[in-house]
Amino acid sequence: MPTVPLDAVHEAAGARMTTFAGTRMPLQYAGIQEEHLAVREHAGLFDVSHMAELRIDGPDALAFLRYALLNDAKKLRVGRSHYTMVPNDHGGLVDDAYLYRLDDADWLLVANAANRHAVADRLQAVATAFEDVQVRDVSDAWALLALQGPAAASLLDRHVAADLTDLRKNDTRATTFHGAAVRLARTGYTGEDGFEIFVPPADVATVWHALIGDGVAPCGLGARDTLRLEAGFPLYGHELDGEHDPRCTPFAWVVKDKPFAGDDGWPSAPPCGRRLVGVRLDERGIAREGYAVRRPGGGAAGTVTSGTLSPLTRDAILFAWVDADLATTGTPLEVDVRGRAVPATVVDLPFFAPER
Amino acid sequence: MDIPASLRYARTHEWTSELEADVVTVGITDFAQDQLGDVVFVELPEEGARVAAGDALAVVESVKTASDIYAPVAGTVKAVNTELEAAPEKINEEPYGGGWLFRIEPDDPADRDTLLDADAYRVVCEEES
Repeated sequence: MPTVPLDAVHEAAGARMTTFAGTRMPLQYAGIQEEHLAVREHAGLFDVSHMAELRIDGPDALAFLRYALLNDAKKLRVGRSHYTMVPNDHGGLVDDAYLYRLDDADWLLVANAANRHAVADRLQAVATAFEDVQVRDVSDAWALLALQGPAAASLLDRHVAADLTDLRKNDTRATTFHGAAVRLARTGYTGEDGFEIFVPPADVATVWHALIGDGVAPCGLGARDTLRLEAGFPLYGHELDGEHDPRCTPFAWVVKDKPFAGDDGWPSAPPCGRRLVGVRLDERGIAREGYAVRRPGGGAAGTVTSGTLSPLTRDAILFAWVDADLATTGTPLEVDVRGRAVPATVVDLPFFAPER
Repeated sequence: MDIPASLRYARTHEWTSELEADVVTVGITDFAQDQLGDVVFVELPEEGARVAAGDALAVVESVKTASDIYAPVAGTVKAVNTELEAAPEKINEEPYGGGWLFRIEPDDPADRDTLLDADAYRVVCEEES
């Protein structure tokens, strides 16, 4: 089975391992709740080296990315990054992703591990219509760590050459970490301040041990999931997929008004019979993926896509597709929690936002 | 992994105490709580409920997943551990103590003897880990 470069480090530290997207990964270290709270209160470190990295370069790279992706790459100056989506040919997504502009004609796209080949294939197919652009899968050339939490900047600052005060949210810059060449991006998947650290596999242990030695909590995929859910971020395969139109979700802002590869198969205005919303249970219980959503006392009205008990607020929170007339904040619903109709309410996203 | 020799075990990872004042106490094992991770929610049966062996009787939910808890013997539910509603983490902290789930008065006390002893249960855990 494929492993991450730090596999032996995780094993030796007693992490519980799991298989995710075909790669053996740490699920948890001290426990999901403890790791979750460490990130909200101080800092946590995630090994997300399974993520896919694609390098896109050449004189036509900008024109290509504007066509291949749903957000508009033209908005990115060198050293900036944004959230984007890879459309398919029939009104859904191949993946969601993060796009970084490293230089004028040099870009990095970070995609979900499970979609590594689908995204690479899609981009390479779209690229054939452009004269001078290359799409290369460079996933194996990079390990990726995410340092997340309110203390992230002060912890990272002492290890890197770059001055972090002028690295703002969504900025990215190449620098060194105790001599090792790394790329920092002030991005993440937790709702907290934090950094993603791209580092060659040979140097990833140096970065990991330095930060863990500073008291940063090692974190697994379990806490990564509860943190992203609390922060109101989608996960491909749950909130987003190949069949649902992203314009019917809270992430519709990503889809910019411009031509894109596959748009022939997309309705010009999405029907949105159902919409993706954030929901909170009003009574005790936990809603899980696949549970049915109903009108109060009535018929089927949707399905839960992800759900958990928020480790921070102790509320049961979830994403669900619901009939469009029920998608307004404050609308009462019911969620079928193993045969029990639990009252619930549509709420604004994010479920939790740290004070800035 | 803690597997007390005085208890009996189900393949589905419930432990059952010795008969004491006509009831057996049931909980989930140390192995089970470790596999589940942080327990955050418990759904308990009604006192007085009649159960058959193997009935899904309670639900223990961790951050990641919901897990059914099965009655190890047939009988009547005589008590439930309501403290778990406010402190479900007791299941992680003291799976064989304060984390107990419910007490059953068995229809036939000999049913307990059909459950696994500690050595046999250890083999089940080793197969699953």
